[in-house]
Amino acid sequence: METDVKNRAEKLTRKDFVSDQAVRWCPGCGDFMILANMQKAFAQMDHKKEHFLSVSGIGCSSRITYYLDTYGIHSIHGRAIAVATGAKLAKPELNVWVFTGDGDCMAIGGNHFIHACRRNVDLNIIVFNNRIYGMTKGQSSPTTPTGLKTKTAPEGSYETPFNIGEVAIGAGATFFARVPDNNHALMEDVMMQAYHHKGTSVIEVLQNCVIFTDGIHEQITGKDTKDDSQVVLEHGKPMIFGKEKEKGLRVNGFRLEAGRIKNGSDDVLVHDAGEHDSLMHLALAKMQLPHHPVAMGVIRKTESESYEKSVHNAIEREKKRTSFKSTSDLFRSGNTWEI
Amino acid sequence: MAEKVLTPEMRKAVVRFSGDSGDGMQLTGDMFSQTSGWAGNDLTTTPDFPAEIRAPQGSVGGVSSFQIQIGGTEIYTPGDQVDVLVVMNPAALKANIGILKAGGTIIADSDSFSPRNLKKADYESNPLEDGSLSDYHVIEAPATSLTKEALKDLGLENAAMIRSKNMFALGVVSFLFSRPLKNTINLLERKFSKKPLLLEANKLALNAGFSFAESTEVFGASIVIPPAKLPKGTYRNIDGNTAAAWGLLAAAENSGRKLSLCSYPITPASEILHELSARKDLGAIVFQAEDEIAAVCAAIGAAFSGNLSVTTTSGPGASLKSEAMGLAVISEIPLLLINVQRAGPSTGLPTKTEQSDLNQALYGRHGEAPLVVIAASSPDDCFFYSYEASRIAMEHSTPVVMLSDSYLASGTSPWRIPEVGELPEITIPNFVKPAEEWQAYLRDPQYLNRFWKSPGDAGFEHRIGGLEKKENTGNLTYDPENHEKMTKIREEKIARIAKKLPQQTVVGAQEGKLLIVGWGSSHGAISTAVSELLESGEESIGFTHFNYINPLPSNTGEIFSKFDEILVCELNNGQFANYLRTKLPQFTYKQFNKIKGQPFFTSEIKAEIINTLTR
Repeated sequence: METDVKNRAEKLTRKDFVSDQAVRWCPGCGDFMILANMQKAFAQMDHKKEHFLSVSGIGCSSRITYYLDTYGIHSIHGRAIAVATGAKLAKPELNVWVFTGDGDCMAIGGNHFIHACRRNVDLNIIVFNNRIYGMTKGQSSPTTPTGLKTKTAPEGSYETPFNIGEVAIGAGATFFARVPDNNHALMEDVMMQAYHHKGTSVIEVLQNCVIFTDGIHEQITGKDTKDDSQVVLEHGKPMIFGKEKEKGLRVNGFRLEAGRIKNGSDDVLVHDAGEHDSLMHLALAKMQLPHHPVAMGVIRKTESESYEKSVHNAIEREKKRTSFKSTSDLFRSGNTWEI
Repeated sequence: MAEKVLTPEMRKAVVRFSGDSGDGMQLTGDMFSQTSGWAGNDLTTTPDFPAEIRAPQGSVGGVSSFQIQIGGTEIYTPGDQVDVLVVMNPAALKANIGILKAGGTIIADSDSFSPRNLKKADYESNPLEDGSLSDYHVIEAPATSLTKEALKDLGLENAAMIRSKNMFALGVVSFLFSRPLKNTINLLERKFSKKPLLLEANKLALNAGFSFAESTEVFGASIVIPPAKLPKGTYRNIDGNTAAAWGLLAAAENSGRKLSLCSYPITPASEILHELSARKDLGAIVFQAEDEIAAVCAAIGAAFSGNLSVTTTSGPGASLKSEAMGLAVISEIPLLLINVQRAGPSTGLPTKTEQSDLNQALYGRHGEAPLVVIAASSPDDCFFYSYEASRIAMEHSTPVVMLSDSYLASGTSPWRIPEVGELPEITIPNFVKPAEEWQAYLRDPQYLNRFWKSPGDAGFEHRIGGLEKKENTGNLTYDPENHEKMTKIREEKIARIAKKLPQQTVVGAQEGKLLIVGWGSSHGAISTAVSELLESGEESIGFTHFNYINPLPSNTGEIFSKFDEILVCELNNGQFANYLRTKLPQFTYKQFNKIKGQPFFTSEIKAEIINTLTR
């Protein structure tokens, strides 16, 4: 089944995934970057075009399904992951992408999100995190920072926000990555890594909303600050950052510490995305300014059998084991009588 | 003393096995159903067990019962009242004496009427001795002690020996109804094929019961209920939930589509989920979702992907699914929701039956959101209607709600297994033109069905979703004219399905004074009441029963016009009657409603019909 869909004869380009619909996001919105990078990444994937499925919920982010020329479902608020799970399980040969926002995914859809992570369905979930409800015009979301003034928190939010990576990894996700919306190369790379990962892949995009939270990620993503405020992780490489790559991450006592590299780089931690124990991945995902840089790239990528594969393997086993060749055999099994 | 109801000439009989939850009454009843089927009887059964998993042993609340009506004629209900009541302890007697006919027979395990057990059942004196049962024929069968005596050489522990006393009771009833023991032993051999000691214990207990009844001549002659005249074929007993699950398997097979079931556990629908979880051998893809909403949404994803997709639930779950059902309506994809109704609102009476989710099925979505509603009317026809619901969903690219209920779900009746090729064909409309001419909301002009194209079909990539779509192209649009047009198209599409439905039929008078109307699971009681009245010479009544609710069969109005009065009988506060008032307002509808968490009794329907005729 997999070899069939992967032996794609035709060469596809970004344009093959551009639909005929006019893109309607506010000028300058971070969503444009995600759309462009997704189309570029799609063109590099091995699946036949007809096996791509894009699923979204409700919110600005979720309009993306209309702009991607693939099979698509623009579903209802919070439920994209559930819809995608049913589709992937029904046709495991599909290449399924879920597009969702911080409100769609972490509030109304939070239950589906944690269960997808736990089950390890082979879905690729991109969470557009602009820390606000945009489409409904500026209410607090589950990732709105404490203290931020919103329509529903005019004196500033009293709530503690979710860290998406912490929730995903805590719920058992086998793949979690984070990217800023202005790093195209990294975003495309992470999308391809998610594509090749068998299981639930969660990508958090720090996405700018030009209307309600303009500049909310600026400290992390800005041209002048990004080198000191991001650490881009690569599996097997030391976790270093800074303009001159002069800083690194190390363990100090019971916690992660960021600081200047002393005595060469001996004590700088080397990233291991494949470690099953999630302790260090959680610590990396939780790092925040000002004491730590924000971790970007693939933080966790561990191997385990995906849910739909387990289910379909069980179906194949049971089909081999049974004497039922059709429903008629089932209906006529056991205690019957003739009249 | 009342006249004995058990006679050698009786053509039908109602037997109720009753005991403590741990006494194996459901198994005993199942086995008696099976041997009754083998004897050619028609039958209907219903279980009655405590809502709690482990109610206190010996208490009235912990009584588990199994009721069966067997007959040499067609049997549509498990019976209003009982001819033979088997009680394994005092609590079972207390719980059930109210439904035993005067002159009925009680078979009691007299060993269990100890002071301790009498106290647990709140009896101040022993009813077997104090004369309070003088209206009945009481057979004191020392089931516990005779079972222990029969099993004494097997080396079993006391508790294990006592567990076989249900087979003693079955032996007694087998003698009473002239059931050859070899059939029951055959069943035991299958059930305990890997447990030879338990097999031997059960066989000995069964024989002991049979011999007790035979040698003590407590019944006089045994009774032979003759075979019923049923259509030729291969039969098996089936409960409504299994039948519904199997109908889905058949529909998947006949349509060439895979079956995806996406559900969340809920009483009384869970058995469909259980059965299909065990049917991986026939390729069923089953997803136990994290909640009801995830279940219906996953089914929508599976439907878009091209599978026959189903979600099963009961009322509370159906409420949670309503937003997603609206998505299925506007997306115009094939989706089946099976609602095994229970008494509501809210948690209501979760183990009791009701037909009160009809309004929800018809109207329970925001916006103008019509869909097809179908209802099954007996445990065995849950097979046919889940097949039909699947067929209509796929042929017309629409969501369908099938209504079953608690009473059908756990009741059983004999099911004639369809021969290969006997079920209606499933022909999914195909878009035959080249992919370049494809648009997502093009329709087949006759029935207005959207074509069902799925991921994997090259060249047909398209998007569906909750936003209003432009006619034909499926592009997003807020055009006011278009929204109105699409709303009308969605309505008309459902209405046109009526052209394909079978015509509604009438039993009894084709015109006359009174038309009795039923729908769904109340069929058994109503049809029994009507046929008894017809047999007794009441010639002016007709009975029409609805399985297709929306759309209604096209000749419904014509049938209604032939009667002076219409009486709608249903287990709710008048939902179908109100629906008919909307659809066919030219007629006046009388109502007979029952909202007690119980099915109709034949007797109360008969009484209502007679009342209506004489008013």
